[in-house]
Amino acid sequence: MLKLCSGALGLLMLASALTASAALNIEIIGAGEQQIPVSIVPFGGDAKLGAEISEVVSGDLQRSGLFRLVDPLGKSPHESAEVNYADWRVRGTEALAIGTVGAQANGRIEARFRLLDVIKQTELVGQAVSAGEGQLRAVGHRVADLIYEKLTGIKGVFSTRIAYVNRQGRQFSLIVADSDGYNEQVVLSQHEPIMSPAWSPDGSHLAYVSFETGHAAVFVQSLYTNQRKLLADFRGSNSAPAWSPDGKQLAVVLTRDGSSKIYLMRPDGGDLHRISGNGGGIDTEPNFSPDGLSLLFTSDRGGSAQIYQMPVEGGAARRLTFGGGTSYSPRYSPDGKSFVFTHLNGGKFYISMQDFQTGQMEMLSEGGWEKKPTFAPNGKLILFASEARGRGILATVSSDGRVKQHMFTQSGDAREPVWGPAQ
Amino acid sequence: MKKIVISIVLLNLLAACASQKPQETAAAPAAPASAAVTVAPAASAQTYDDALNDPQSILAKRSVYYPFDVSDVSAADKPVVQAHGEYLSKHAARTVRLEGNCDERGSNEYNLALGQRRADGVQKMLELGGAKASQLNSVSYGEEKPVGSAHDEASWAKNRRTDINYAK
Repeated sequence: MLKLCSGALGLLMLASALTASAALNIEIIGAGEQQIPVSIVPFGGDAKLGAEISEVVSGDLQRSGLFRLVDPLGKSPHESAEVNYADWRVRGTEALAIGTVGAQANGRIEARFRLLDVIKQTELVGQAVSAGEGQLRAVGHRVADLIYEKLTGIKGVFSTRIAYVNRQGRQFSLIVADSDGYNEQVVLSQHEPIMSPAWSPDGSHLAYVSFETGHAAVFVQSLYTNQRKLLADFRGSNSAPAWSPDGKQLAVVLTRDGSSKIYLMRPDGGDLHRISGNGGGIDTEPNFSPDGLSLLFTSDRGGSAQIYQMPVEGGAARRLTFGGGTSYSPRYSPDGKSFVFTHLNGGKFYISMQDFQTGQMEMLSEGGWEKKPTFAPNGKLILFASEARGRGILATVSSDGRVKQHMFTQSGDAREPVWGPAQ
Repeated sequence: MKKIVISIVLLNLLAACASQKPQETAAAPAAPASAAVTVAPAASAQTYDDALNDPQSILAKRSVYYPFDVSDVSAADKPVVQAHGEYLSKHAARTVRLEGNCDERGSNEYNLALGQRRADGVQKMLELGGAKASQLNSVSYGEEKPVGSAHDEASWAKNRRTDINYAK
């Protein structure tokens, strides 16, 4: 599987259309086995907006690895009646996206688009998508999500957001961006480390670890008002915040009573209680199951760092990773059937996935400085921190291990990524 | 048999004391401290009001180092921590901040916890040596503040440490 990705196909496609004013440059490595051939016709109406929207849609679909973009070669229908299906069959395309876009008097952008099945000569979807002034990319991502969902049967994640930490010298910045790295917004910037951002399930808040008080403390910040609250600031280290799926609880790791243990608390700081056991071992990196009933976490209670699972109310933990090497940073898949984690073995970090039922572990990467995987809300892509050309970068791999992409920030080291919730 | 061992140890100690003298003009010792080094300040020609300012004192050593994924203070570093404990017990006004650090292998969060365990281990040993908990504050930077940034053992070895930082 990995060979297919890096060797046999060996494709290195530069998403050149995306480089202009890009906060992140993106490289796609490898390709899905069966790509759906699609043509995106630049939208009519406002020609400038139309060209930009088509660029966003094309870039999204290409990065997913599931589509092959077929050049319209000068044909530019904007309405169903203008489509001559024979023209498109000749080009080998199976689906065709057409539409128009314009800005309304109040600046609001509205696109009307249709997705046509070239083989069956039918309309798959026809819809109007609109967004506020200056949010053209949001419209494009929404259109791409609709195309992706219609052609694959899986919800798209192009409209979602990611968060990560960018380190440049002594400057640490907490960044929120679109899933393609655009629309970077600096949530916090300071000269002390920032770690472990975690999205609230409704996407309205980020919890994170900041060292601004002189040691690791947990903060929660609203992304709407930027108001922040110091949530946990006990002796020693306060870290690894994780939200419960209903947003009513946070798991945090404190050294308040001795060594690092997992505690639960409300987002307002109330009802703090410890749920992980006694002893001198480290318990950290809690992550809630999608049903909210159990937690995955990292512990060295067995002598080395491994992944364990325990009920949310506390109680006996079950060890999940065995064999050589150590394992860290577990996160459930959105369907709860598997989990991703960082596996360190023979001096290399691997992004790994393990199935709960079979216990089978699969490496999704070739190994290197690859850490902290996080699932896209649809479970099809995994975002993680990697390294290339001597810099910390963000990377994604499809959950089948086939398609990879690298995202380069303009400067500094990108680290600690986390994918936001579905829109 | 036992006697022979003891006399060899004594000989070694004497040799260590003797070999200490030519080093008096050297800068703060970088080599891991041995028990014999503790007698060096007495042999020093220059005297300091506060032993903390004596570059020849074992107290000049303010960092302890660890192997990978280990948080116990090594046998070689124990005399250093013990000396600081003793100093703090006699200087109740002095406070220190113990800062645990790790190399980059492991996750950031695991390393934060490991660094805290390193700093807490030093704190416990200082308390056993007579320091009061109120003089001590242990924190962890995990792998977030590396001294060496290369992916090699030379950098990692420097990063796996607890710093004993006296408040000014």
